[in-house]
Amino acid sequence: MRRWLTGLGLFLLMGSGGAMEVDIQEWQTDNGARVLFVERSELPIVDLRVTFDAGSARDDDQPGLARMVSNLLLEGTEEHSAGEIARSFERHGARVSTGSGRDTAEVSLRSLSDPTRLEPSVENLARALAGAAFPEDALERVRQQMLLSLRQVESSPSSLAERAFARAIYGDHPYATPPGGEAESLQAMTRADVQDFHQGHYTAANGVIAIVGDLNRSQAEDIARRVAGALPDGTTLEPLPTVTMPDEPVTVRIPFDAEQTHVVAGQPSIRRGDDQYYALYLANHILGGGGLTSLLAERMREERGLSYSSSSSLTAGVRAGRFQMATQVRNEALGEALSVLRGSLDELRDEGPSDDRLEASVRNITGSFPLQLDSNRALLGYVATMGFHDLPRDYLPRFVERIDALQVEDVRGALRERIPPQRLVTVLVGPAEVIEAVE
Amino acid sequence: MFKGTEAVPEGEFSDIIAREGGRLNAFTGRDFTAYFEVLAADRLSIALELEADRMANLLLRSEAVATEREVVLEERRLRTDDRPEGRFAERFAAIAHAGSGYAHPIIGWADDIRATGTEELEAWYEHWYTPSNATLVVAGDVDPDEVHELAQNYFGGIAARAVPPVHDPVAIDPPGERRLDYPDPQARITQLRMGYTVPSYATAENPGDPYALLMLSTVLDGGEGARLPEGLVRGSGVAAAAGAGYNPMTRLDAEFSLYGVPSDDDVESVEAALREQIARLQEEPVSDEELERARSQVLADHLFQLDSVFFQAMQLGMLETTGAGWETLGAFEEQIRAVTAEDIQAAARRYLRPEQLTIGVLRPADEESQS
Repeated sequence: MRRWLTGLGLFLLMGSGGAMEVDIQEWQTDNGARVLFVERSELPIVDLRVTFDAGSARDDDQPGLARMVSNLLLEGTEEHSAGEIARSFERHGARVSTGSGRDTAEVSLRSLSDPTRLEPSVENLARALAGAAFPEDALERVRQQMLLSLRQVESSPSSLAERAFARAIYGDHPYATPPGGEAESLQAMTRADVQDFHQGHYTAANGVIAIVGDLNRSQAEDIARRVAGALPDGTTLEPLPTVTMPDEPVTVRIPFDAEQTHVVAGQPSIRRGDDQYYALYLANHILGGGGLTSLLAERMREERGLSYSSSSSLTAGVRAGRFQMATQVRNEALGEALSVLRGSLDELRDEGPSDDRLEASVRNITGSFPLQLDSNRALLGYVATMGFHDLPRDYLPRFVERIDALQVEDVRGALRERIPPQRLVTVLVGPAEVIEAVE
Repeated sequence: MFKGTEAVPEGEFSDIIAREGGRLNAFTGRDFTAYFEVLAADRLSIALELEADRMANLLLRSEAVATEREVVLEERRLRTDDRPEGRFAERFAAIAHAGSGYAHPIIGWADDIRATGTEELEAWYEHWYTPSNATLVVAGDVDPDEVHELAQNYFGGIAARAVPPVHDPVAIDPPGERRLDYPDPQARITQLRMGYTVPSYATAENPGDPYALLMLSTVLDGGEGARLPEGLVRGSGVAAAAGAGYNPMTRLDAEFSLYGVPSDDDVESVEAALREQIARLQEEPVSDEELERARSQVLADHLFQLDSVFFQAMQLGMLETTGAGWETLGAFEEQIRAVTAEDIQAAARRYLRPEQLTIGVLRPADEESQS
């Protein structure tokens, strides 16, 4: 048998250089699936991901349906049980997984590039996708597992906060319901519901295939053809409704007996492809996305010792992502923490960052961006996202330029227009008397 | 260690690395504290210069210590005090590793955190933070000779201090089977954990044993097709989730763990099923098909991990610090290939014994017992 590790030194010397010259090749399979491919041969491995427009935003009036389908996807065909399917991959050292969020559902495969390993794994994936049968016993089992997960949410203040935050910022939009579902909808879900969702959403027209790794274009074309060939042609779906922005500041309080109160404050953000994404990305980096040097970490942690972790994050979605600040503080310091969090955001929006801060953040983002693409797995994530959201193909090389060109006024303007104060939703999870005592 | 030196005042370390497009952080495990920077290869010397400075010249001001103490207490609340799983894990470790340093939580007991002042920290820094007790790991697009020269340059001038040998008390061995029954008022589901004290890379008398245990753990839980998901989750259905794990990168003996989440709170059936799985491994050798499958998985995963330069550095550092030696990584494939079905059976018989076992159950407290 071929030895996989010909010498460790070879891989240890592998660098991150050249990451900005990522060459993304793109084509469409005969039955309509888009494919993005990057050849990378430092390691003898191949990563593949199929991303479908099949996240919980498509749940309609059955919260948890998209997740249920994703969880059941590899749980059996007419010919093979879930265990047999799993072992067919494991035999070749391949890893296969499914996942789902609000916008997307994914199937991912990681295999050695050695054709005697890769070939059967691609074949197994195609067979499992084509023949997904959603057996009744698997449905019952996964239903129980998902109900247990819902119960566990009740013992986790951070999960409770996240659930309440999404509900509050997205209002009536399908983004508002938890991807993991709700007890009532899970209990009522039938095999027919699952099959219908699968047929309508797991199609070539509704999927994007990303491939990264040690293979050439014609091998990649062959793999894409076989994976897409396992899917019905399908049609693209109706666009999701737009998100209605919150129209006044709201505070949601969830009583939970603990020494700390969990705080999440923020609002819906923007869609992928929005031009102001770059300015908001920089604003978020300055505020709380830049690790130990960000405003929130400095003020909350370094200066005041109020919390272990204080950060902000920004995501963009098909219709809207979210902007949020999050921290956990000892109960007696909640009032102070809230005014630091909200005050820091207001200050950045009203006055903009200092020139120094802006420059430091720009240098960090532009200098670290190539390092973020230094593993095949990370690159796969970027390429899959670019494909799914149909971002311009020069997105990666242009990213650094776009950030580099930003001025103080861009940051302030983006925050004013896209993250205005009247939309701020605050979620507090902590002891009743503590969370009632603050605004 | 982020609070500054005379040359690099508080905050500047992070600012410099951030401006250079890097990221940094630190973490403490049971056997080591690690500080890391990730940045472009041509900026290596910046990180080395900063690390060398704070290895020798840290200023511990009492004001900074007071602020950081609050931060550590917040971290403790977040990870342990306010989470049923955190409260359970701390109790489990205290019982499973009684008599060893592993019995204490990494972050420390809340009382000890409150009682730790500048003097204790200075003594700790004096004692442990010296080149003879440090391992520098550099992974990436660099030239080994240049790295060596840079290291000599920046760290070579720091006065060496001898580090006193560590004393590990000989605890009761074997300790006998122990059981933790922990009802938690905020737990909503029942969880079972079983931990066997087993050798690590560093403590194994027979160097092949850790590899046999890694293979054993893969036979049980290498993926959805392995014995535990197949037998307990999809087969009998007693568990909603079940798994096994083993990390041999520890300085002292390691833990081989099994866990299970009962699908309908019947934790006795899950325990019985896990014990049955152990007994089966002891009674009969794994099949050729299982052995081959586990080997393919372990070796492929080992290669997949090389995708992360950061993790390569992590692994080398952990192997070296725990006493296994960084060369362990290079011998991994050969050692895994050498494991036979008989080795796995022998390891199960020798190490997965009741007198080395701790069983813990985290379960929701009854309404009545809460009042």
